[in-house]
Amino acid sequence: MKWLLAAWVAVLIALHQDVWFWTDKTLVFGWLPIGLAYHAGYAVAAALTMALLVKATWPKELDEERHP
Amino acid sequence: MIPALIVFAYLAIVLGIGIFAFRKSSGSGEDFFVANRALGQWVFLLSLFGTNMTAFAILGSSGMSYQRGIGVFGLMASSSAIIIPLTLLFIGTRLWGLGKRFGHMTQVQYFRDRWQNSSLGTAIFALTALMLVPYIIIGVMGGGEVMETLSAYQVTSAEGVVTTTSWVSYEAGSALVAAVVMSYVFFGGMRGTAWVNTFQVVLFLGFGAIAVILISAKLGGFTAVMERLSGDPKLAVLLSRERISQPEFFSYLFIPLSAVMFPHMAIMCLTAERVTHFRATVVLYPLCIAAIWLPCVYLGVVAAGLFPGLDAGQANDVIPRLLTQYTEVWVAGLLGAGIMACVMASDSQIMALTTMFTQDIFTHYGGTKRFGDRVQVWTGRAFVIAIAVASWLIAVALHKQEGIFELAIRFAFSGFAALAPVMLAALYWKRSTAAGAWAAVVWVAVAMVAVWWLHEASADLVKALKPGQAVPIFPALGDLLLRGKGGVTVYGFLPVMPMVLGSAVLMVVVSLLTRPPPQATLDRYFPAKDAA
Repeated sequence: MKWLLAAWVAVLIALHQDVWFWTDKTLVFGWLPIGLAYHAGYAVAAALTMALLVKATWPKELDEERHP
Repeated sequence: MIPALIVFAYLAIVLGIGIFAFRKSSGSGEDFFVANRALGQWVFLLSLFGTNMTAFAILGSSGMSYQRGIGVFGLMASSSAIIIPLTLLFIGTRLWGLGKRFGHMTQVQYFRDRWQNSSLGTAIFALTALMLVPYIIIGVMGGGEVMETLSAYQVTSAEGVVTTTSWVSYEAGSALVAAVVMSYVFFGGMRGTAWVNTFQVVLFLGFGAIAVILISAKLGGFTAVMERLSGDPKLAVLLSRERISQPEFFSYLFIPLSAVMFPHMAIMCLTAERVTHFRATVVLYPLCIAAIWLPCVYLGVVAAGLFPGLDAGQANDVIPRLLTQYTEVWVAGLLGAGIMACVMASDSQIMALTTMFTQDIFTHYGGTKRFGDRVQVWTGRAFVIAIAVASWLIAVALHKQEGIFELAIRFAFSGFAALAPVMLAALYWKRSTAAGAWAAVVWVAVAMVAVWWLHEASADLVKALKPGQAVPIFPALGDLLLRGKGGVTVYGFLPVMPMVLGSAVLMVVVSLLTRPPPQATLDRYFPAKDAA
């Protein structure tokens, strides 16, 4: 599971370089440039990925640490 | 005058928050410097996010989008949306745990103990303090400028000549901002700073939403503006990334590595009451970034369709322009408070520098042992006054040289990012050594000086350049070092990339060439899992 997630994070970082939209000026819904829509979606994908990472890689040993 | 009054009210509120935090304080060093390591989940999330917000997020991002288009969001915001939460998850939580276990309040305390090397800590303290100071000065300068602009009014002389003057001068405005920040940091310490940051983020988000809704309503939606942009061959490029090169876009992925190396971010990581507070922070951080940056970048591009032909300096004022022309006067007041909130992000930097000074210098060299915990706190408070007064004096004396500090901040981003391999090695690589860390730190310092020198030495080349064009600084070296209008690049990549990679390589190679750390240190920092 952890290796799968690590691979997905690597893919997500690569997907940040969306060369395919570099010169695309299409307006989604008539008002949102497609390059901006893609990166807004990217931020949402990053949040979902973080949720998975938190679930899979959480440092459980630190949960015991409390303020004295 | 109404905007200025709203800003005064805002300043009074943040001062009140600082005094309220003071009343909650126990007076101990742990309480003043790291809020007793007891911040709640939502204050932790919002203050950590607010700590990393500066005036650039609202004014600079919209100004840059006005000139370079929608790609600015990917360049700075979505790159941060993936990298910063990763660093919080894999570095922030570990720093938090070590802080709880060993009582560290700064990164330098950790590095000193991890590699048993006092002078390495002092070198990292000096480098990070030097890189932090320009942020504080720019914050005070920005405060003075905002106050002067918001209190401006026009006077007509007997001859009919109209001149613009201000109720609050730059000097008085910057003094007021420095005094307010100094007061709530002085009284409230880390708790006051965190609460003010939380308030500021709520204000940012509220302000952004209100601004977009009101401007959209006045324009009758954004479709017509976007279609006009799309139909204009000169402006249509702003709807794509044609004004950003691919190497530059790629290089920007390295910049967010700086976040967790910023002392104010790292120290903030130590303030959470429980490590579980990081969970929501890590997951929601990308969405917070998008919520702030998306409207700013979008409005910057919209402004290009509404007010074409502004120069770079004027472009930074497009959000104020949009609000002035498309909303009511009370919104301009909210804007002033919002901008002030951004500018006052220097509070966490002053707090961080104070904590570093008291812990890494005063306490490390015996001050707390000799004079006690209360004197340590009052030394910190005295330092807050000293740094605020010094920043104001510099902000007034060097107001015309503001560009120097802006340039210093650009290099500081790269410098902090290039220190990230040192932190990663300390946390995850047992074999890393003090010599490896020394090599990386020296590399970062030398690289920053070298890039600055190259930037200044090649300044004359810029005059003949067209936008997007770059020329070799030393023709004999080919495209190795290029100079464009944006600065020096290495084969077209920003200097941050070779700086980070060089730091990582030196950390690894020099560590492998030197003696491993003693087993006792490794046992302390890498206990066996069953013993942990």
